Amino acid sequence: MIELHTVSKIFNQGLPNECRALREVSVRLERGGITVFKGPSGSGKTTLLALVGCLARPTSGRITLNGRLLSNLPERFLTDIRRHTFGFVFQQFNLIRGLTVLDNVMLPAYPLGRSHPELKSAACELLERFGLGGKALNRVEWLSGGEAQRVALARALINDPAVVIADEPTANLDSALSREVLALLGDLATQGRTVLISSHDPLIIEATLVNRVIELHDGQILGAALAVA
Amino acid sequence: MIRTKLSEAFISLAQSNINYSLGLNTQLTKETLCQRTGELCVMRAYFERQQYLIDYALAALLRRKARNLGLLLVYTLLVFLFASVLLLSQGLRREAAILLQDAPEMIVQRLVAGRHDVLPAVELETLRRIRGVGEVRGRLWGYYYDPVTKANYTVMAAPERNLSNDRMLIGIALSRVRQVGVGDVLSLRAADGTPALFRIAGVLESTSELLSADLVLVSAAAFRTLFQMPPDQYTDATLTVRNPREASLIAQKISLALPASRPLLRTEILRTYHAVFDWREGITFLCLAPLLLAFLVLAWDKAAGLSPEEKREIGILKAIGWETGDILRMKLWESALLSLTAFLIGYLLAWWQVFYAGGRLFTPVLKGWSVLYPDFRLTPAVGLAQILVLLAVTTLPYMVATLIPGWRAAITDPDAAMRG
Repeated sequence: MIELHTVSKIFNQGLPNECRALREVSVRLERGGITVFKGPSGSGKTTLLALVGCLARPTSGRITLNGRLLSNLPERFLTDIRRHTFGFVFQQFNLIRGLTVLDNVMLPAYPLGRSHPELKSAACELLERFGLGGKALNRVEWLSGGEAQRVALARALINDPAVVIADEPTANLDSALSREVLALLGDLATQGRTVLISSHDPLIIEATLVNRVIELHDGQILGAALAVA
Repeated sequence: MIRTKLSEAFISLAQSNINYSLGLNTQLTKETLCQRTGELCVMRAYFERQQYLIDYALAALLRRKARNLGLLLVYTLLVFLFASVLLLSQGLRREAAILLQDAPEMIVQRLVAGRHDVLPAVELETLRRIRGVGEVRGRLWGYYYDPVTKANYTVMAAPERNLSNDRMLIGIALSRVRQVGVGDVLSLRAADGTPALFRIAGVLESTSELLSADLVLVSAAAFRTLFQMPPDQYTDATLTVRNPREASLIAQKISLALPASRPLLRTEILRTYHAVFDWREGITFLCLAPLLLAFLVLAWDKAAGLSPEEKREIGILKAIGWETGDILRMKLWESALLSLTAFLIGYLLAWWQVFYAGGRLFTPVLKGWSVLYPDFRLTPAVGLAQILVLLAVTTLPYMVATLIPGWRAAITDPDAAMRG
């Protein structure tokens, strides 16, 4: 279970271009299922997910994971949690250009020092599962948007995380591909993983697979002071 | 990504160590075995991690081919130039030391108010009477300026060669520059202005060219005619000492017996050679210093300023689970691979240039100022200290220059790094 208590995030604090991305957000995210954070651009969805996934630290407030306080952990421990607990799918895919599909999928596991044959077989298995077995040795820049998104999803799963965080996963995809990605995310939730998605795509928000929708506006959650999802 | 052969070998070595350790001691208890296996697995994971990082660093270098190739070329050139100077001067010092092994233990010259003067034959007798002195021989030699080649030759009497008075042996450099060989006649101008004709009886072997390049050997009588040297005088004298450890003591005795003499020990001559080569090496390095500075500026510019693409890449790696230490290790491998490759290529090129191509690049500075450069091959030699110094001077600044920006980008929150 992930909990945020009065979390705020301010970028460029004290500077003329100061930006309050989140304002005292409190939310409790239960284990399992798909939770969608919806809201217009600039509402704080991506920032919220970045804080939950330990990609950034809150300016104020507390974040806990299964009762363990994350917001004041040293960087090294935070990385360890990020590595083992969270898998990320980014809006721009964020694949490393110049590397093959297989290498990109294996990248998150490099620091763990897993044996190469074992890691390669795990990566190939994931690629087969997402219908990309034949493209394992292709460079990622040759992939279509849908394929790149599936590679990003495979990469997110290589360390077998309990939580998958997807930031606007359908933003660069057409409806057919969006449905495909949503189905894949649904499969992950069925396997018992927690899936957190930020999106303003109606196709996602209105999908029957989605268990909860939390709306954000101007860095605040609309509705109850403490949202429970 | 290509799994490098080097890192594969690294892993198999670790693996074989694991098997060896487990199989060797059959008396191990189950607990100790588990503990040992755990430790070895940690070690194996460590090696695997390093291998992945090397693979990634290699791929990163290849992805920015143009930039890194340019850097590699400049880097290689720098190492090549510095290594050439070091190898050439070290080779020359070594060559001089080898040649001086056969040189007389002591040379005695006569000085008149500090100026070199001829040595009267009677003084040879005085030297022979000094206790501890072995064989004493008077030498006849002098410099001859040839206006044709505008070069100085060293003309020397060689009684042991049994040359007749109209025969001479010449060094190979002289043979080259005057375009003469065995059987040809060479004319020298004697001290009284008359031409002295010599038939060339032989050309001195190239193996001794460091000393013999500009050498002309004639009979003692021919030398005395050429230089108008009276029969009771010598240029200087060489002597052996019975106990080499007493050489400096005997030199003191000679100074007392012949106050106008200057005894020169072999070790002093060697020291002088070293000083000369050190000085020349220093001057060359001084000339190369601007190049080193230019390289450092280039390296700093290329390595220190991470492109937005690279910063974003570091952000992505951190976001997917790499920690700051992993990024730093990867950057370290990246800079080590580039700098060590440049060092290896540059050093090997310098080695080839100095020991197999005659070291022509720095010959005018390091070999001497003569018109007749000796053309000889130095004996290949490696100095570990020399390699380490060169390695430190050329690779460390680059590695530091790449690590600092990598560290700066790595300590930024992944989210901020990806947003740029």
